[in-house]
Amino acid sequence: MNRFDYVRAGTVAEAIQAFQADPKARFIAGGTNLVDLMKYDVERPERLIDITRLPLTAIDAHEGGLRVGALVTNAAAAYDPRVRERYPILANAILAGASAQLRNAASTGGNLNQRTRCYYFYDTATPCNKREPGSGCSAVGGVNRIHAIFGTSEYCIATHPSDMCVALAALEATVQVSGPEGERSIAFADYHRLPGDDPAKDNTLQPGEIVVSVDLPENGFATNYTYLKLRDRLSYAFALVSVAAVLDLDGDSVKTVRFALGGVAHKPWRNRDAEAFLQGKPATRESFRAAADLVVAEAVPQSENGFKVELARRAIVRGLEQAAAGTPQSLSDKRIQ
Amino acid sequence: MTQTFSSTGRDTYVGSARSRVDGPAKVTGLAKYAGEFAAADLAHGYVVSSAIASGRITSIDTSAAEAVPGVVKVITHENRERTAWRDKNYQDAVAPPGSPFRALYDNKIHFSGQPVALVVAEDFETARYAATLVSVSYKAETPLTDPAQAREFGYVPPVKRSGIKPPPKPWGDAEGAYEGSAIKLRQDYRLAIEHHNPMEPHASTVVYEGDGKYTVYDKIQGVSNSHDYITAVFGLKKDDVRVLNPYLGGGFGLGLRPQYQLFLAMLAARDLERSVRVVLTRDQMWSLSYRPDALQTVSLGADEDGTLRSLRHDALGGTSRYEDYQEVVVNWSGVLYKCDNVALTYKLAQLDTATPSDMRAPGATTGVFAIEIAMDELAYETGIDPVTLRLRNFSNTDATADGKPFGSKELKSCFTQGAERFGWDRRDPTPRSMREGRELVGWGMATGVWESMMMQSSAQAILTADGKLEVGNSTGDLGTGTYTILTQIAADTLGLTMEDVTTKLGDTRLPEAPVAGGSWTAASSGTAVMKACRNVGEQVFRMARQMENSPLANVEFDRVAFTNGRMEVAGNSSRSVSLVEALKAAGVEKVEATETAGPDKDFNDAYEAYTHSAVFVEVKVDEDLGQVRVTRVVSAIAAGKILNLKTARSQILGGVVMGIGSALEEESMMDHRIGRFMNHNLGEYHVPVNADVYDIDVIFVEEEDKANALGVKGLGEIGIVGTAAAISNAVFHATGKRVRNLPITVDKLL
Repeated sequence: MNRFDYVRAGTVAEAIQAFQADPKARFIAGGTNLVDLMKYDVERPERLIDITRLPLTAIDAHEGGLRVGALVTNAAAAYDPRVRERYPILANAILAGASAQLRNAASTGGNLNQRTRCYYFYDTATPCNKREPGSGCSAVGGVNRIHAIFGTSEYCIATHPSDMCVALAALEATVQVSGPEGERSIAFADYHRLPGDDPAKDNTLQPGEIVVSVDLPENGFATNYTYLKLRDRLSYAFALVSVAAVLDLDGDSVKTVRFALGGVAHKPWRNRDAEAFLQGKPATRESFRAAADLVVAEAVPQSENGFKVELARRAIVRGLEQAAAGTPQSLSDKRIQ
Repeated sequence: MTQTFSSTGRDTYVGSARSRVDGPAKVTGLAKYAGEFAAADLAHGYVVSSAIASGRITSIDTSAAEAVPGVVKVITHENRERTAWRDKNYQDAVAPPGSPFRALYDNKIHFSGQPVALVVAEDFETARYAATLVSVSYKAETPLTDPAQAREFGYVPPVKRSGIKPPPKPWGDAEGAYEGSAIKLRQDYRLAIEHHNPMEPHASTVVYEGDGKYTVYDKIQGVSNSHDYITAVFGLKKDDVRVLNPYLGGGFGLGLRPQYQLFLAMLAARDLERSVRVVLTRDQMWSLSYRPDALQTVSLGADEDGTLRSLRHDALGGTSRYEDYQEVVVNWSGVLYKCDNVALTYKLAQLDTATPSDMRAPGATTGVFAIEIAMDELAYETGIDPVTLRLRNFSNTDATADGKPFGSKELKSCFTQGAERFGWDRRDPTPRSMREGRELVGWGMATGVWESMMMQSSAQAILTADGKLEVGNSTGDLGTGTYTILTQIAADTLGLTMEDVTTKLGDTRLPEAPVAGGSWTAASSGTAVMKACRNVGEQVFRMARQMENSPLANVEFDRVAFTNGRMEVAGNSSRSVSLVEALKAAGVEKVEATETAGPDKDFNDAYEAYTHSAVFVEVKVDEDLGQVRVTRVVSAIAAGKILNLKTARSQILGGVVMGIGSALEEESMMDHRIGRFMNHNLGEYHVPVNADVYDIDVIFVEEEDKANALGVKGLGEIGIVGTAAAISNAVFHATGKRVRNLPITVDKLL
């Protein structure tokens, strides 16, 4: 871990100003990822701008939905009665990740901005385009069991590790950011990006921009939803494949459906064609299988993660079944519903 | 006949469930570990680790690191002080044959993560930062790290490792009998490389006492091993080095050998003439040692009724380029099953890794996993119940030791009691025959076996005038309960309360005992403590007899019972003297004794000694998604006398949980292109968490053994052996998928 300066900002404007004064600085909130990365010598910020005192810790009603401040902890968001009642998929996704200790420290904005768990990204003894642009991707042809099957490039096959973001993608949340150019809204699907030839960039935040809130839309799909997470042990592991699925049913037919996958791409992965395909179809296993086939048809597995294609296909079917039946995956009972 | 420690014929503490005496110190943070001791002049060393697995260092630039304020020195192979040059000096008590690794010795790289520099600074953070500024250039060679690719270079180790039985000579004609068998099964088995991952990372604190003297706190399972290593490597006098390690946060075998952080801390302390601490990071723990991968093939030939006609078990284990690490992988098959035609072979393949090491039930975890899945396969091939099949081929003598009888073997009771507790008789053997909702349910079982060993150990006992007793020796308590059982033994032997007894361990000033390993500590240190206490008792008795008008006058020692802090004539409690009175009358402040206990040669000439287990497992597997839950385990153990039902159960629980990890989760993933383990942290190397562990039921069956005076066999390892096979067998029963390549991750079940 390098030596660094530390400043504390009291307002969003101060934070942005502090960044403009030192563009090599990093914002720090919960620090659950950044501090690890600094210990691993992956991140070497010369200055940390502490944003934990910014007034972004509230969850408020907003345009029929909820506005979750960027500094609301993951635990506070997951246990907020309004979130639990109206957006249970979000609460469940948050609680499917990390540990109680980490969720108590991690922030909403930080969750969006956490970095990949690719082994090579964390190991400075190996080349990694995300860490050292142009050095190469060691995961291609390497130990890549946990890596992406969608939207990869020859430069990077890393995944985004968040559970919360998969639910936010399915909910079609909006990310509110503030920066040197003022405020703007980013549709959740546009917030994270695919690696392309520039995998060092995880998202579309511009330099100096800071997440101020995540806005949840009016429809929280509180009846037909699930967050199904499949992993190598029954708790405290990143998803091999996860599915966040929300549905509105019209009798036995699908009126609206959205589903996003975690653990399979550089961002929460959605396939609009598959969602559109299901519209108006009977909410049956057959329909869900056909939709899942559409999704996995685009998969490009790596040397060790071919199983994820089949696992994703089956997980989509199960996730949609759980959502349609109104029997979301339980967090405490590890049996898959 | 029931052995007791108490001369009353009934033990108060031994044999009952007692909480660990070191528990309060551990949960309140009072227990200090090797990396927590300090000194006024303490400097902190941080290891710079090699990025390559094979090759050499072409240049190393430490100038930027040395320029950081607070950096004391950067030590590399270019500026290190000289240490002993002969391999012999580096061979610790449990070293396998070969040329032990020497840190910072020269520019050669033997394994990925090898230490290439030690940055010593005034504080840990400065050392860690400066370490990132050390610039190392390498000439890398292509590493060979996959045993499968090294198979053609396999060899029988020319020098045997001390204490490790090589495979016995084959008997009968295994190949011929296999060809002639009605049923033939031949399969390959493989277990992933595992790392020990004790909770406490390896650490050493070397306190420089001045005048060439050192007090060393080292994470080691027995301080005498570190002590002898240090004095031999650094050319120090025996009395100039004291090594302590009162507590370990787990060892699992990784703490048997002195690891390189000890060498580095000593090297720096001697060089700088000041105290130095070196703590490894969790990631660096992957550079120490590991349970080796083994390529195994088991061939079983049998009659239609399941009687074994041919048994062949071949294994190729990985080792390093510089030491021939050996463990007992294949012998177990010949120990467990009676068969007239047996061939057991064990070879090594050299890899560009650090030397593997003993890890909980080394070799047995590996080999028994293979034979016990093979036996399940035979059960299915013959249509015979797996328990019945094992009874049909039950061995009453150890064929691998010229047919010597077992000192005791209550394995049949394990089968019976385990099966009954589990409800095994309700099992429909047909795969995929049981389900609950979307989950397939499977029941599987396996046998476990481990050696029961005893090592020469000394111990002391000191009774003071206030009636308090202190016992101890230099061995380590890995967290297993050694402090507690020795306290129980001492209290019962001298008729004191456990509160009257203090046990001290992990200090080279205490009588010498070997490293704690091999499940031999309870028998070895326990017997030594009992003997030392009896010796003290006898001395106190003599004092009592010499008292004026002694109630014990004319009484022989063997008629005296030690109870409630007193010596009384057996059957006549009115004639008694308290220990305190006896010391007072004799005018002494304390009575002490040191005794040594060792293996019973006559017993060992006549018998072979093993612990056994029968493990019954229920798994539930999501039919579509392949998620496995181990919902029920019954582990029935035959391990002689159980000293403490609570700590003994905990040992088995821990072994079973580790077996669940081995079966389903644990896997150090090697990038063979660069010879580096890539998932080197506890986030990505998965060990079981609470959610993975459901009901574990432990049964200790009655077993009388006479290998030692206590009747104790040891429990540290047996809990893990067979557990992974039982899980794999249960997964087969549930799903119809036979997984012979652990861990059983979801990809293998889709």
